[in-house]
Order: sequence, then structure tokens, then C-alpha cells
Amino acid sequence: MHRHLRSYCLLMPTPLLDIRGLTCEVAHHRILDRLDLTVQAGEIHALLGANGSGKTTLAYLLMGCDGYQASAGQVLFRGADLLALPLHERARLGLTLAWQEPARFEGITVREYVSLGHRQQNPEPALRQVGLDPERYLARRVDKGLSGGERHRIELAAVLSMKPKLAILDEPTAGIDMLSIGHIIDIIRALKRAGGSVLLITHQEDVALIADRASQLCAGRIIYSGSPREAVAHFRGRNCVRCDGEICGYVRP
Amino acid sequence: MSDLETLRHTLPMVGTEPSILDDTGIAHVVAHGHRILSRRTVPGLRVELEETPDALIGQLTVEAGATIAQPVHLCFGLTDPTGVQQITIDVQLQEGAQARILSHCLFPVAQAAQHRMQAVMTIGPGASLTYTEGHYHGLHGGMQVLPHATITVGQGARYFSDFSLLSGSVGHLDIDYRVDVEEDGLAELSAKILAHKTDRITLKEAVVLRGERARSLIRSRVVLEDEARAEITGITEAHAAGARGHVDCMEVVQGRAQASAIPIVKVCHPGAKVTHEAAIGSVDKQALETLMARGLSPEQAVELIVSGILR
Repeated sequence: MHRHLRSYCLLMPTPLLDIRGLTCEVAHHRILDRLDLTVQAGEIHALLGANGSGKTTLAYLLMGCDGYQASAGQVLFRGADLLALPLHERARLGLTLAWQEPARFEGITVREYVSLGHRQQNPEPALRQVGLDPERYLARRVDKGLSGGERHRIELAAVLSMKPKLAILDEPTAGIDMLSIGHIIDIIRALKRAGGSVLLITHQEDVALIADRASQLCAGRIIYSGSPREAVAHFRGRNCVRCDGEICGYVRP
Repeated sequence: MSDLETLRHTLPMVGTEPSILDDTGIAHVVAHGHRILSRRTVPGLRVELEETPDALIGQLTVEAGATIAQPVHLCFGLTDPTGVQQITIDVQLQEGAQARILSHCLFPVAQAAQHRMQAVMTIGPGASLTYTEGHYHGLHGGMQVLPHATITVGQGARYFSDFSLLSGSVGHLDIDYRVDVEEDGLAELSAKILAHKTDRITLKEAVVLRGERARSLIRSRVVLEDEARAEITGITEAHAAGARGHVDCMEVVQGRAQASAIPIVKVCHPGAKVTHEAAIGSVDKQALETLMARGLSPEQAVELIVSGILR
């Protein structure tokens, strides 16, 4: 499998994101274990794995969130040493993260939030793209008054509006009703059309299948990289025993 | 510049245009210390004020059934670095009356000054009062402000208050408001304060829900920087069936500032309910990181979060 991965990578141009040997411990527990992963420019890359496999830790570590530091390894993003940069400089380099459970902001309007960092930009197209009527939402506050699904969509509108080089989306369809998942898929594709890449963390098979490539994370390591269909088919219905003895399932059909 | 002109020019510090004092359709009182500098009234509003050496004493009455279309501006202050201003005022909204009062307390050059207010407000049955209080205490931190008020909200009446002190120094602020709410009455008390350096804040707001279906909300937002200190007490007592109260206190602490929140809830009837939430801490980490993940610097992110909380 590793030989397959290496030969595949040899055919690819210089990756947008190049992770080598990334190791991370949180509270003396190894979450990421010599992880290798590449994401190409303009690629939607699905990251699959059971709960606790390290997906969100990888997202937080790449973004530079407080409390997540690599103990070994290297991450190059657009050729820059990502791990040496503070969070906001990683963002200014074109990396962003949409949290699985987005934060709430008392007093801040949707208009302000979606326009963050580029106030001249009209936030309305991004809102329409996520299926929200600007007239109804622009003046609303990004606070507890929004439902989980609305908050998710506004988060994605903010990401769209930022036009990132690489957006890490941590389970963007969590809490979204079935009818609206199509909207989220459209947004992910829109990010790609705008010239960006997406590292898409998901448990949902139909969402994973929109990716160009998929990688499977297990116990902190990438154990498979390839086409999403193969990745999903290969692991569908199987269990594996992790190195720590826990049984993990894979993608949900 | 005259005292009146100085106070006029300070009005923008509390978000008010000086030109409102020229509008003949808008009632106002401007007082420097215990001296009235300007006053105007409108139909339906009676203002009786007496200048004494020790206090400005008066009564403001909105007649029964009257609706005062434009806000009434009360502009109190001192234009000297030192001095004392004592306001003793009785505000009465008679049955069915409606009014908004904007109280501007302006002390632009205070270094060792004191402002005391003793207010009694009576909101008659079915009446509605919105009382917005904006303070500016200058930059020196030498102001001592003690607004104390007792408010009665009559049957089916509504009382909304909004205290804000968002620019300059606070100095020493000691707010003590008590509100009694009768049957079907509503009281909402909001306070927003930004404090820094060695500012000291004591904020005590108490609501007693006496009547059936009386409702209340106490909401305070305090942001403390440097070595500022704050003690926030929100008290709600419910004594009748269907009474509902909520206390919502948030204090954001930065630097070496310290804050405490004391929510006191007392329910004396099985059909009443009072809830409270209090949060004290630094700026929410995920909120901060989310804004930084959009490219804002840590300083820009904190500023945006704090400005949102204080809106």
C-alpha cells in the first residue's frame, strides 16, 4: 500500500500541502503517529477515519490552534514551513479551518462575519451560495439565535468569501438535514472552482465520494490513499483493530 | 467656552448629536453641577426642577395617556476637574404614558469629582419607559459615580433600561438599582461597561417580581482590562404564579483584571421560575481562533469579540 502511495505521489506536481512524519501528542497520548499526507492544488481530498483516529487533531495542528503542537515531522504549505507560523499568519498564507462545531459571536452580524478581513467585499453572493437569503440573514447576529445548520452554512459562507488556497472542513455536514447536504456539496465544489483546495474531514460516504482523492486515517497514521470510491469500497462494512486495541469502524454508508 | 458649550461638545462621546438641544420638538434639561443651563419641555411632559446648593432636586412627569414621540434628553455633568453633583429626581409615568429618556452623564475633565443620583421611578399601569443612560467620565480615572434608583413597574407596564460606559475611564462606579414588577409587568435591565487601568465597578441590580406573570431580564456585559476590578450582583426574586426571570451576566477579563459575579435567585411560589447564567473568563478561545483563521491578528480578533459583546 505504501509503495502504491509513493508511486502515485511521484506522478503528482509539487503538493500544495506536504506533511511528512507528523507526530503529535496531547496529554502524553500519541494522537498522530509519523503521518504522511499530501494535498494537491485544486484538489478535494477527503480524510476518512473512525472517531478518535486523529482527524480533528490533524486539522487543529495544521491550523495552529492552541494546545496542538507537533513533536516531530514537517509540514510545507505553498513551500513555507507551516509549523513555524502563528495561526493568523497561516491564514494569511491561504489556509483556513471550518470547525465542526462553529463558535458563536455575541453582537457580531452575519454581514461582518462573512466579510471578515475583506470588508469591501459584498457578502451576499457567498450567502446565496450556501442557500441563505441575504435579506433575512445579513443583519442577524452570529450567536445562539442561529440553529446549528444555519451556523454551519454561515461558517462555510465565511470560508467561501475568504477564497482560501486550502480550506480544512471538519465534518461540514454534521447537523445538516439531508436535503441541505447537496448545498454543502455544492459549496465544497465552489471552493475548488474558485481555485482552492479542500481537506474534507467526513464520516459520510456520499460526501466523501465528491473528493478527487481520499485518505484513510487510523490510529494517527494514513493507512490508505487513493480514489475515494476505492477507499470507501475497501473499508465499507469492515472493522479493524487499532494498535491500541480499540475496534474502529469506517465510513458510514 | 461656556459650561453649556462644553457639555454640548461632549455629547458625541455618548453617541448623541449636540444639535438635539436646538430641536424645539425635543425636550431636554442640561445641568452643570446643581445649576440648570438649558431646559425645554414638550406637551404631555412636566419638568419641575429646583436648584439648591447641595443638589438638583426635581420631578419629571409624563401625563396619563401621553406619548412623548421624541426621546427626552437629560444631560448632567461637570466641566471642572473637581466638584460634586447630586441629582435627586422623581420620574413618574402616569397610566398609559409612553416615553424614552436618554440620560447623558458627562464629566470630560474629571480628576476628583463625584456624581450621585438618587432616583425614584414609578411606571404606572400600562405605561412604558425606556431609560438609556450613557456615561463619559474623561480619561483621568478620577470620577466617582453612584447612581442609585428604585423603580416600580405597575400592572402591565414596561420598563427597559440600558446603561453604557464604553469610552474613556470609568473611575469608581457603584450602581444600585432595585426594580419591583407588578402583575403582567416587564422589566429589562441591561448594562455594558468597558473598564481598564485601575477602574473599580460595583454593579448591583435587583428585580422583585411581585405580581402574577411579571417578567424580567437582567443582562450585564463587562469587559475588564489592565488592573480593573468588577463585582456584579444580579438578584431576581419571584413571588407570584407565572413570574419569569432570567439573569445573564458575562464578564471578560484581560490582563491582570479581576471579576466576580454573584447571581442570586429566590423563588417563593411554585408557579414561578427564575434562571441565571454567568460566565467569567478571557475571550473564548475557539471564537478567537476562528477569527484568526480568517486572517485577523490576535489583537484585531480580541477587539472584534469585545466590541460585539458590548453592543
